[in-house]
Amino acid sequence: MRKIAALILALALALSVSACTIERVEEDGGNSSTAGNGKPAGGRQVTVYSWGEYIDESLIDEFEAQTGITVNYRTVPSNEELYSQLQQGAISPDVIVPSDYMISQLIEEDWLQPLDYSKIPNFDKIADRFKNLSYDPENLYTVPYTWGTLGIIYNTTMVDEPITSWSAMFDDTAAGNVILIDNSRDAFGMALRYLGYSVNTTDENEIREAAALVADAWSKGVYQGKTMDGIFQIMEGGNAAIGTYYAGDFLSMYENNPDLAYVIPEEGSNWFVDAMCILKNAKNVDEAHEWINFIASTDANLRNMDYIWYASPNEEALEKYPAWYEEQYGEPLDQELYEIMAAPQEVLDRCESYLVLPQDIRQLYNELWIELSAA
Amino acid sequence: MKTSRSLLAAPYVLWMALFVVAPIVVVVIYAFTSAGVTAAEVGDFTWSNFTGMGIYLPIFTRSFQLALIATVICLLIGYPLAYAMAKEGPGFQRTATVLIMLPMWVNFLLRTYAWMAILENNGLLNQFFQSVGLIDLVNHILGTDMAYFRMIRTQGAVVLGMVYNYLPFMVLPIYSVIIKLDHSLLEAARDLGADSTGVFRRVIFPLSLPGILSGVTMVFVPSVSTFAISQLLGGGTHMLLGNLIELQFLGGAYSPHLGSAIALVMMVIVVICMWIMNRFGEGEEQAVVL
Repeated sequence: MRKIAALILALALALSVSACTIERVEEDGGNSSTAGNGKPAGGRQVTVYSWGEYIDESLIDEFEAQTGITVNYRTVPSNEELYSQLQQGAISPDVIVPSDYMISQLIEEDWLQPLDYSKIPNFDKIADRFKNLSYDPENLYTVPYTWGTLGIIYNTTMVDEPITSWSAMFDDTAAGNVILIDNSRDAFGMALRYLGYSVNTTDENEIREAAALVADAWSKGVYQGKTMDGIFQIMEGGNAAIGTYYAGDFLSMYENNPDLAYVIPEEGSNWFVDAMCILKNAKNVDEAHEWINFIASTDANLRNMDYIWYASPNEEALEKYPAWYEEQYGEPLDQELYEIMAAPQEVLDRCESYLVLPQDIRQLYNELWIELSAA
Repeated sequence: MKTSRSLLAAPYVLWMALFVVAPIVVVVIYAFTSAGVTAAEVGDFTWSNFTGMGIYLPIFTRSFQLALIATVICLLIGYPLAYAMAKEGPGFQRTATVLIMLPMWVNFLLRTYAWMAILENNGLLNQFFQSVGLIDLVNHILGTDMAYFRMIRTQGAVVLGMVYNYLPFMVLPIYSVIIKLDHSLLEAARDLGADSTGVFRRVIFPLSLPGILSGVTMVFVPSVSTFAISQLLGGGTHMLLGNLIELQFLGGAYSPHLGSAIALVMMVIVVICMWIMNRFGEGEEQAVVL
């Protein structure tokens, strides 16, 4: 009997630790705008799941004051974690703001409900080029929230000449000074672009070739490490010369370290859209529509764009922003930086957005990715 | 009498059943099944989650290797410290205990983030080495051309993170065993002619084994399965088991079945390790683990 009890204890110990790996520290979770306040009984409310630092929070207060709807604003760290939590039934949002490829997966798996666009008049203000995109071809489920590009961030004092090609991520001229982005889609995606393939290819040989390119650079010691959000500290502190990350985040880094530069390589890159959707089993559908309409307004887009530095899909907001900025801050907006945030159409034309990959290809990505850092 | 006493254990038993046994059952079920049609249901019985696991062997080996190194270092640092503490007066003991516990009052992640700032290429430590001329000196001696010492995003940084975070779990159990040792035993050993090394080697050390065993367990097990330390300090350069499991749940390919299988294998190996280790402590009256 004692032996059994002891065995259970040992298992408990092992599990309590492995449980952490499963649940993972919830970064800035529970970030509710109504923290501490009990919800008014029977009051209208809406639950929104988004990313951290991805909204001008005064908008939440304003929406609550205008409509009397309580907003439960929560964040998750990544599309994958959002998906995982939805799958496990751990969260029950009304509105989510996933990225394009995750949206197409959620549509495919029947998680989303068609929107009632008559309740979202501000949808008309969204530029046509951000409507009917490949993740939602008939635009039945989504209202775009932000868009941006993936590119190379480099420290101009640590490289000899300006970077123009993805080759900077693979050749060993800056060996030990390059940071690889820590997700398989982006990491293999840039290799696919460099090799001249589509980021959405399902050709196993092309994917293997791309993975081999990354693995080869890895074994040659090109990479100092791989990380996602860790790149802020690394690039801002001049701890590495070259990395890959998103345009909006580059602007945050640039503010702290003006030696940094951003480039979308000549081979083209990924451009992405994050869009608002309503879950099929949402409890507050009307409120969710009201929220989406509010966020899609020109004023909200201007303020969001200014706060999070990701470009708005609202045509009016895009046009007005430079003037709005000048009025707010009393100095003209740096046109070069604005074009990094909101890439001109000719740059976007070089870029591809991600589509959801079939399960077996996702599995292949996963295996190749593990192989990379297993050895 | 007996029933009322076992009633006292009821809350704990309930807790264990809900939060320990039930999750293990779920992990086992997931590990031996394939994905169902919808995510909520599980598919048929299968071994396939285990059969392909060979490719992860290097990750298993590395995780156990690093955890072992961290445990040995913790023991080498922790035992002398615990021993010295137990020999000192109560004032010293109080201060030392507080100093050991103090870092644990700060969140584990924050402490690890702090280490990132310390170990970075342009971090505090490298700036210090630079200012005292250590880097130049090493460059001069070795004929190298380093601008900094590469510390962060190495396996060494991961081991350092483990040792730093788990050292208190080694010191405290050993300390609490040594401090309770019966002094008459030590006096008897001396009376019978043992010198100080003899007393330590033949009396104190064997009697402190239970403390060592629980210390080793409490350092080794979390080290094997850590994912935050390897992610933050290892910079993703060397994947550990914790990262591998995390990737199954939060990576692009959502496969909780494979993740559960890996977690299960890890648990079984850990239990076997602990069991083997505790054979050494067999017969000790105070054996606290297994």
